[in-house]
Amino acid sequence: MCVAIPVKIVEIKGSRGLIEFGGLNKEIELYLTPHVSVGDYVLLHAGFAIKRIDEDEAKETLRLLEEISEISG
Amino acid sequence: MRFLDEFRDSRLAQALADKIQTLNSKKLNFMEVCGTHTVTIIKSGIKELLKDKINLISGPGCPVCVTSTQDVDKAISIAKMDGVILATFGDMLKVPGRLSSLEKERAKGSDIRVIYSSLDAVDIARKNPHKKVILLAIGFETTAPTIAFSVSLALRMQLSNFFILCLHKLIPPAMKALLDMGEVNLHGFICPGHVSTIIGSNPYRFITQDYRIPCVITGFEPTDVLQAILMLLSQEKDGESQVMIQYKRGVSEEGNPVALDLMDEVFERCDANWRGIGIIPGSGLGLTHKYKKFDVDDFFDILEGEDYEHPDCICGQILRGIKEPSDCKLFGRSCHPDHPIGPCMVSLEGSCAAYYYYGRKER
Repeated sequence: MCVAIPVKIVEIKGSRGLIEFGGLNKEIELYLTPHVSVGDYVLLHAGFAIKRIDEDEAKETLRLLEEISEISG
Repeated sequence: MRFLDEFRDSRLAQALADKIQTLNSKKLNFMEVCGTHTVTIIKSGIKELLKDKINLISGPGCPVCVTSTQDVDKAISIAKMDGVILATFGDMLKVPGRLSSLEKERAKGSDIRVIYSSLDAVDIARKNPHKKVILLAIGFETTAPTIAFSVSLALRMQLSNFFILCLHKLIPPAMKALLDMGEVNLHGFICPGHVSTIIGSNPYRFITQDYRIPCVITGFEPTDVLQAILMLLSQEKDGESQVMIQYKRGVSEEGNPVALDLMDEVFERCDANWRGIGIIPGSGLGLTHKYKKFDVDDFFDILEGEDYEHPDCICGQILRGIKEPSDCKLFGRSCHPDHPIGPCMVSLEGSCAAYYYYGRKER
């Protein structure tokens, strides 16, 4: 039940955001993530953005995984 | 970057699995306390792949599964009242109570509506001023702030026909309760990702400090889980016990301060009854004085029933991590997703349903 999916914000109106996911647009509540901008990816849970996804951290995790794979491989 | 496919790369997963095989010496028990992790672990084959080296145990990580029969019966009795609309997340519909389920009551004519977001329940209340709308508020720390927002919205909108049946539960106190029961010997916790998005990493520190058990907050794709297992193994090897964050793209040390402030305003801690475990002190949420008028218990006189379990159902032991679904004589025979006897077979994230749909040997 704690599923949250990464979605991209394409429009912001007040505390509501419009997101795009799988070709669909849907309005979500942004109150819990006040500092997001259009173009950001957020974690969407039960109609609410609960966090802006940190792209730098995502890249760093992937870099670490590549490093492990090179050492193991 | 789309933040999904990149973390499902089979080449990286294989490299991590190889690395895990080289690091581990004795067989270790790691527990995940999140139903979404359970699904990833079973569906991707990680449990099967690592079974000779690591015993991956599912804990009480599914909010539907840990809701007591008594509370399910309470929701059913509310739904049967005249002039009431019960709004619920879909997972709760099929959960069997002592004699019925919300799904059966809906078929008999009760007005039970499945919602995607708690905001939908507020909207139903606004559009139906002559009905009492009761939101069945279940979920862990991930969901609680979204419910808190809807309750505060109902206050701002001055809705007098919106109520919640507050059954929220908190994960760290349940982890403590499991450790104190001492039934299962754990060497590490795969901590829930999205619960931690809200609460951050500090609430797990007592586990690493008082119980000396390593914790890694983990994302939900296969490489996330494998990397977390590797991080737990490294800690074990070095004799360390720390709270580490593998899922850094989704979790920060301090959590989500806006969500935490809102939860503090709307909720206060209370004791809660967990299916299979019993009452855990301080593991639930009730409404604070300011929001008490939205508490269904303060408005309706609801008869509390008794707790009940099917005599052959072992969901309680599965939730405590001491049995697996395949140990249950009902599993896959009289208990299956179309006819669940215990709650772990109902929610897609329940251990029994995950094993039923994705398990190999277990069926």
